[in-house]
Amino acid sequence: MNQISDEGYITADGRKIGAVMMEMKNITLRFGGVKAITDISFDIRQGEIRAIIGPNGAGKSSMLNVISGFYIPQEGEVWFHGKKRAPMRPFQVAQQGIARTFQNIALFEGMSVLDNVMTGRLTHMKSGMLSQAIWKGKAEREEVANREVVEKVIDFLEIQAIRKTPVARLPYGLKKRVELARALAAEPKLLLLDEPMAGMNVEEKEDMSRFILDVNDEFGTTIALIEHDMGVVMDLSDRVVVMDYGKKIGDGTPDEVRNNQNVIDAYLGVAHD
Amino acid sequence: MPDQLLFGMEVFLNGLMAGVLYALVALGFVLIYKASGVFNYAQGVMALFAALTLVGIMEGQVPFAHLINATLGTEIHHFGWHLPGIVAILLTMGVMVLLAWAVNHFVMRHLVNQEPIILFMATIGLAYFMEGFGDLMWGSDIKKLDVGLPQGMSTVIDEVTYGWFGYGFFIDNLDIVATVIAALLVVALTIFSQYSKQGRALRAVADDHQAALSVGISLKFIWVLVWSIAGFVALVAGIMWGTKSGVQFSLSLIALKALPVLMLGGFTSIPGAIVGGLIIGVGEKLFEFIVGPMVGGATENWFAYVLALLFLVFRPQGLFGEKIIERV
Repeated sequence: MNQISDEGYITADGRKIGAVMMEMKNITLRFGGVKAITDISFDIRQGEIRAIIGPNGAGKSSMLNVISGFYIPQEGEVWFHGKKRAPMRPFQVAQQGIARTFQNIALFEGMSVLDNVMTGRLTHMKSGMLSQAIWKGKAEREEVANREVVEKVIDFLEIQAIRKTPVARLPYGLKKRVELARALAAEPKLLLLDEPMAGMNVEEKEDMSRFILDVNDEFGTTIALIEHDMGVVMDLSDRVVVMDYGKKIGDGTPDEVRNNQNVIDAYLGVAHD
Repeated sequence: MPDQLLFGMEVFLNGLMAGVLYALVALGFVLIYKASGVFNYAQGVMALFAALTLVGIMEGQVPFAHLINATLGTEIHHFGWHLPGIVAILLTMGVMVLLAWAVNHFVMRHLVNQEPIILFMATIGLAYFMEGFGDLMWGSDIKKLDVGLPQGMSTVIDEVTYGWFGYGFFIDNLDIVATVIAALLVVALTIFSQYSKQGRALRAVADDHQAALSVGISLKFIWVLVWSIAGFVALVAGIMWGTKSGVQFSLSLIALKALPVLMLGGFTSIPGAIVGGLIIGVGEKLFEFIVGPMVGGATENWFAYVLALLFLVFRPQGLFGEKIIERV
C-alpha cells in the first residue's frame, strides 16, 4: 500500500480510496462499571472496506453500535463527512445514510422478502401521509422508482426466486442475504455489517464474500464490517482495526496487522509470568 | 314463510348490526396490539372520552366547569355556541391526537422493553384515569349525541321486506350507517397499512423494533400515529354507541364485550375483529331468541363470555390469529 495522504491511497489491488468519511475520536463506552470500549480512535475512508476484528468480547459489536447510534458513548466524538455528530437515535443515523445488518439477523419475519427489502427504501420516501392520499400520481411514481432500486438489489444478490417468500420460512444463510439486501436498498453511504458470515458454511461464506466485494466494486459503497474469521477478513478488507478487551491493539493493512506482535498475542494467547 | 322463521331472520340481521358496533371497539384493540404489543384496556374508555368530548365541543360546554365554578365561585357552564357535527368531529379528532401524544409521552415512552403485563397494567391505570378525567372535564350526566346521523326505523327496508314476505323487518337506520362506516374504515385501514409509507413502517415496527430503527423509522412517531388511529376508531365507535344509547359512563363497559370478540377473532387480525364482532352479535341475539325463553332469558349477558371460554379451550389463537408455536 502507498502512503496514506489526506486525499486517500491506492490499494494493493489498485482501487482508489478517498478521503476520511467517518472518524471515531477517543471513544469510551461504559455499561455501569464495565468498560466495553476504552479510548479508541480510527477512521473509515470513502470507498474502502474496513474491518474490525478481535477475539470474543473485545467490544467489536459495541463499536458498531456506537457508529449506528444504538449506543451513545460516554466520551469521545463521532465525525461524519467532516462534521461532528450530535448524539442521535438509531433511526436518525439511518436517515443520514448509514445502513446496517445485525449479528443475530433482525428481519421483519412476518413480511415477504420483497416487503423487507422495500422497508430499506423508507428513508427515501418523501411523500407524507396526506400527500399520499391526495396526490395519488406522485406517490405512485415514487413507489415505482423505489421498486426499481429494490429489484436491482434483488437481482444483484440473486434472490429473485424467493422474492415473494415470507422471511420466516427462509434458511439462515438466505436470511443473512435478505438482510444485506434491505441495507443495500437504502443506497447507503456507509454500510455496517455485523458478522456477515457468522454461522455460515464454507460455500455460503464464499458467496457472501463475493457479494461484499461486488457491492463495494459496483456501487462504490464504503463498508465497515466485523468478522471473526481471520482468513475471510484478511482477504476482504483494505484496512483492519484490531480490538482486544475494549482497547485498540492494531490498525493497518491486513499484512501489517498479521505481523503485529500484539495481535498475534491476542489471538494465540501469551504466557503471563 | 312461517312467522317464526321470518322473525328469526330479523333477529339475525339485528344481531349483525349490533356485531358491527362490537367490531368497531375490537378494531381499536387490534390496531394497538399489532403495532406495539400493548393490550390497551383503555380502548373502551377512549371511545367514551371521545364521545364526551364530541358532545362537549358541539354543545359549547365549558370543560372543567364544576371545578372552575367551585374554586372561583362563578356560574359558567356554556360558551353559548352550537357547532355543526362535522366541525366538532374534526376538533375532537385533534383532541384524540393530543391524547395519543400525551399517552406516549407520559406513560408508554417510559415503559419501553417492559413485560407485556406491565404495559397492560399501565393501560388499566390509564382507563381509570381517563374515566375520572372525562367526568371532571365534562360532568357525569347522560348526554344526548346527535351529529346528524339518520335514526329510527328504515322505512325502505320495512317496505321492501313487506313486499317480499308480507312482514316488514325492523332495521334501525343508524345500524345501517354504522355498518357502512365500519366497512369503509376497514377498507381504508387495509389500504393504509398495505400501501402507504407509514403503513409499511407501522408493520415494520410491529414486527421488530431493532430492525425498524435500523431502516430509519422513528418508533415514537409510529406509536403516536397508532394511538391516534386507535383514537380515531374510538371516536367512530363512540359516535355510534353514543347516538344509539346516549353518552354515558356505562359506555366504557362495552370494552369488556370486545374481549370475547377478540378471543374469537384473534388479537392480531383486523378481519378477525370484524368477523368476531359479527359472530358475537348474531350469536347473542339468536341464542336469546331460541334458547332464552327456555332458561328464563337474559342470556345476552353471558353468552359471549361462554363462547370465548370455549374458544380459549379449543382454539386459543382465535379464528384468524397467528398460531402460537413455541420452539424449543
